[in-house]
Amino acid sequence: MPGDTQESHALAEGIARTSYGKLLAILSVRLRDVSAAEEALSAAFEQALKSWPGNGIPGNPEGWLVQVARNRGVDRLRRQTVRDRIEPALALLAEEAAETNPDELFTDDRLKLLFVCAHPAIDPAMHTPLMLQSVLGLDAARIGSAFLVSPSAMGQRLVRAKTKIRQAGISFEIPEREHLNERVEAVLAAIYAAYGTGWDGDHGADTGTAGLADEALFLGDLLCSLLPSAPEALGLMALMLYTTSRRDARRSTQGAYIPLDRQDTGRWNRSMISRAERLLIEAAAFDKPERYQLEAAIQSAHVKGRLAGRPNWPAIEMLYARLLELAPSLGAFVSHASALAQMGRHEDALARLEAVAGEAGTYQPYWAVRAYCLRQAGRNAEAGKAYDMAIGLSEDASVKAFLGGEKASLGHAG
Amino acid sequence: MKYMILVAETEKEFAMRNEAGTAAFEAFMAPWFAYSSALAQAGVILGGQALMGPETATTVRIRDGKRIVEDGPYADAKEQLGGFFVIDVPDADTARDWAAKAPTSSSGHTDLRKVMPFDGEA
Amino acid sequence: MKYLLALYDDEKQWMSLSEEEMGEVFAAYGAYSEALEEAGAFVSGEPLEPTHIGQRFRTKDGRLVVQDGPFSDTKEQLGGYYLIEAPDLDAALDWAAKCPCASYGVVEVRPVWEM
Repeated sequence: MPGDTQESHALAEGIARTSYGKLLAILSVRLRDVSAAEEALSAAFEQALKSWPGNGIPGNPEGWLVQVARNRGVDRLRRQTVRDRIEPALALLAEEAAETNPDELFTDDRLKLLFVCAHPAIDPAMHTPLMLQSVLGLDAARIGSAFLVSPSAMGQRLVRAKTKIRQAGISFEIPEREHLNERVEAVLAAIYAAYGTGWDGDHGADTGTAGLADEALFLGDLLCSLLPSAPEALGLMALMLYTTSRRDARRSTQGAYIPLDRQDTGRWNRSMISRAERLLIEAAAFDKPERYQLEAAIQSAHVKGRLAGRPNWPAIEMLYARLLELAPSLGAFVSHASALAQMGRHEDALARLEAVAGEAGTYQPYWAVRAYCLRQAGRNAEAGKAYDMAIGLSEDASVKAFLGGEKASLGHAG
Repeated sequence: MKYMILVAETEKEFAMRNEAGTAAFEAFMAPWFAYSSALAQAGVILGGQALMGPETATTVRIRDGKRIVEDGPYADAKEQLGGFFVIDVPDADTARDWAAKAPTSSSGHTDLRKVMPFDGEA
Repeated sequence: MKYLLALYDDEKQWMSLSEEEMGEVFAAYGAYSEALEEAGAFVSGEPLEPTHIGQRFRTKDGRLVVQDGPFSDTKEQLGGYYLIEAPDLDAALDWAAKCPCASYGVVEVRPVWEM
């Protein structure tokens, strides 16, 4: 029975939305070439829109798409005369003959694709964009926007990265045990970069509005299901869930920014928090506390402190000190200083901030925390200047407004 | 009083930017050199820049906490911003005289805009 | 490398702002300018009076034609500019995103033509 045109379009669109990443992963692994797989998959979708209305929608539309795309990909490889192209083509044909149900390979293939996207031979700055495009099917314009890169430039960078995957012969495999940890680390870093650093509650610090939090949560979830025994994957997921659970509480109904210590905890997403708690406990069972687990533990302490009405700054300060030993970063350093200031040790905090003043430059959270410390120390004139820097370096209008209010209230402080 | 003179050029004029070294380029640039040198000799110029073509433009917006970055200029127009001058002159008439003399006033168009004075400035 | 940040916004919005709101906007621009200067990125910048104070000059049929503003060719109008120094376009876009105008208008980034 011939299918309806509208129905075919709706179905193809639905598949493109929900299964693009899965289909592309299967094809990339099979064709050993992400861009060839993309090209073949889009050709297969086109073919489907032509063929389904007349010939009827196949029983297994996804299988049909993979089959058509694979054949197109193989044809393309066959046509290439370069010698090194013939071999993979032959291997593919052999594999094709042995092809079974694509869904059986599905989980494995997506994991392989994640590892390829975060391969050490590829520029780390491109790990996240590659993942967003090849695993989630985001377009270059959307990815470029999130990373403040023009769409055409992002498009070119993606093409170059994919060419590199092909030319460097990067293999679509799960890394050997001896390299597994560092390779997982790269995947985690790429997912966290998509999330946009989960800074929260430090006197109006703004580390950018990457706006890919949902995509990062999806990738984090995927990674947890693929690597259930990687404690840091669980830690990262917990960290992202804690921060996301407060998303709605960070803005008033009028859109004004509200820092963590003034948020209405009733607007926190409790199911996300309890899931984060469970993940953190699961991760702790491996007894390998590392960066993401520590950051998640800090978030957990924030949440518990707020809910109990007694912020536990000493615990948070200790966790940051531990984090600095394990994974020193400017962000952790500034957060640590912020915790010290909250404990009333603003002179210590200022001394520590002074030590990184040279490298802090245009790092907005540094100025936000510095302004708070100077205010606590009663150095209002300097605090005003630091507030100006924090406002000027923020790209979130509501954070600018919040800090403007803080600055304005300096005169009346105390 | 400070004014900004904005020069809008046609596609043809932007294409000249890639013709450096040719006679056509010299002919295209000559009126601009003459104009900016006149501004300088009159002692009215505060600053100015020529810009790369609209194909090199990128726009940035933040909406609902998300960034939107797009290729191309903001205005969808045939004549695009090609450069600007900032001048300091005694009155609006003098500013209009200078704007009318910009080469783009005969090809493309020239916009004259008054700079917002700071408190205490005339 | 020098880049021009051209700030486009709907000038009609400005007229409906209260004095207090206006003060907040000016403060945000002041902070932004200071951050640019502190980072050594500031070259110059000016806010502009609304377009109805401006004129447009062009030649039609061999005669100079002067048109008074406002010019209705776009929904938003050039409201000011910054000329900045940045190592590359990525860095210039980063500054553009931090400009208060990006949140309610649009910032166009254009590299300066170094002859």
